[in-house]
Amino acid sequence: MVRRKGLPGSVFVVVALAVTTLAAAPDAAPDSERGQIIFQTCEGCHQVGEGARHGIGPHLDAFFGRCAGSLDAFKYSGAMHRYGEDGLVWNAETLDAYLARPQAMVPGTRMSYRGLTDAAKRADLIAYIASATAVDPTLAPAPRAEIGAAAMGIDGDPDYGEYLAGESVTCHQRSGRTDGIPSIVGWLRGAFIRALFEYKTNVRQHQVMKLMAVNLGNEEIAALAAYFRGFDPQ
Amino acid sequence: MRPIQRYTTCFFSNLYLGGYRSFDSITHGYDTLAANYGISVVNAFASVVDREGKTVRLADGSTLSYDRLIIAPGIDLIYDSVPGYSEEAAEIMPHSWKAGPQTQLLKAKLDAIEDGQQIIIVTPPNPYRCPPGPYERASMFAHVLKAKGFTSSRIIILDPKPKFSKQALFSEGWEKYYPGMIEWYGSDVHGGIKSVDQKSGEVATDLDTFKGSLVNVIPAQRAGRIEQDVGLTDDSGYCPIDPASMRSKMDENIFVIGDAAIAGDIPKSAFAANSQAKVAAMNVRGDLIESKVFPAKYANTCWSLIETDDCVKVGAQYAPNSEKIASTSSFISQTHEPADLRRTNYEESVGWYKGITTDIFGA
Repeated sequence: MVRRKGLPGSVFVVVALAVTTLAAAPDAAPDSERGQIIFQTCEGCHQVGEGARHGIGPHLDAFFGRCAGSLDAFKYSGAMHRYGEDGLVWNAETLDAYLARPQAMVPGTRMSYRGLTDAAKRADLIAYIASATAVDPTLAPAPRAEIGAAAMGIDGDPDYGEYLAGESVTCHQRSGRTDGIPSIVGWLRGAFIRALFEYKTNVRQHQVMKLMAVNLGNEEIAALAAYFRGFDPQ
Repeated sequence: MRPIQRYTTCFFSNLYLGGYRSFDSITHGYDTLAANYGISVVNAFASVVDREGKTVRLADGSTLSYDRLIIAPGIDLIYDSVPGYSEEAAEIMPHSWKAGPQTQLLKAKLDAIEDGQQIIIVTPPNPYRCPPGPYERASMFAHVLKAKGFTSSRIIILDPKPKFSKQALFSEGWEKYYPGMIEWYGSDVHGGIKSVDQKSGEVATDLDTFKGSLVNVIPAQRAGRIEQDVGLTDDSGYCPIDPASMRSKMDENIFVIGDAAIAGDIPKSAFAANSQAKVAAMNVRGDLIESKVFPAKYANTCWSLIETDDCVKVGAQYAPNSEKIASTSSFISQTHEPADLRRTNYEESVGWYKGITTDIFGA
């Protein structure tokens, strides 16, 4: 099934109807049929389903489990490539964060879409994409990397980590005590690195932590992990 | 070198005014630093810095020598920036912009307000310590009056600026929790603050003369006096620094951190001063023992409480460029945010207070 661009006029009418329907049942479970209607605003750029091809945007066939920016025949933004290399893999959670505000999650993405603020509509849309991309999983490209894999491969410099940790310990106490702010000492290295990447890629949504993580590269994250590994919670 | 035995933090002093914190809980000693960290603490005024001889003379006449000097005197109040205001008038019309007895004085005057009496806050021009501070303070005043059921009292803010930090968030909060109680007049409305009179409690502006039973005057500010004496300031009254290290542009052996420094896009806040301290410390250590010096990185976050469990925040990351310390990314709370997010912000601010004071005063 290949969906193509509909008439712009009809798109607006159908979307408006979808809003009315959803407003009546805001807590309804994700519905791929409603999602299909919402997808009409996407299909000017994206095709989905068997035989889908790249258009203005990459095709969404076998989308889930795909590493961001990973299809060879499509020219992604540099930003999307970098996020893919950092380990951003598309799943329901990451797609939800991306759809909410694409430019916030991947600053520099070429997708010219402001975002879908209504969480229920995003859930419907994701349900539709999931149902429409249900093709033979062996055809799906293997995820290139686990999130944070590049940082996990680096032997972090604990001296650099000590300096960078100056920022962390303004809120997180070195003793591991929690007084309204979670402890960050005594974590397993992988979990520590993954958590920072999840802030960096907006999978985790905390404003301050997103800000702290946004400028951290692989070297910095590995260094912080190396430094905090040396602490035991007291 | 500190002239006092115990330090009351300016940050969270508004929460003391609002009744959320005790004075004790925002006051800290230096004993732990001396006992657990090998730091020699001297409680004395540093009266003279001899930059040639690299010594500091203390008020008692003794001197200390240094290889590198880190100086953080904070701000000095320019009392006469508000005509009629003075250090003496501050005993009647407290500024409470340096925490300590002034904060307690303001609290006592706030607690003595009766229903129907009016409070005036004269806010400072930029740049000043804690940009959202005066407006969080107005919120705390309103919280106290509202909790007592004082519906006839008003809080008038006379601002020398046409707009202020987190304005949309404060305006929304004031409308929601204290409708009609807080009136803010920007410079384009009142036309200029002409004078204050400590005897009558009057503040004259081009628009009108306002009268308060409590007048909180926060005057203009500049770097602390010692920095002016030592010649580390420029015409702005603050201290130019190298954005990559916090090193004074006037003396390579001196670092200036905190509110006294010209830190580019970074606001004058405790979080920011703490962040600057870490860059300075790394550079001092690099100077003295040739340890690794990494690229400078600065951060700030400021939380402001508007009403119980409704806390907003603003934050940014900064990096040096050739001219100044520049913001690289930022966020600010949004209007119409859900109540649980605002409550989480408050809990986080309490955690931050514990975290930063542990970082500063030790554990």
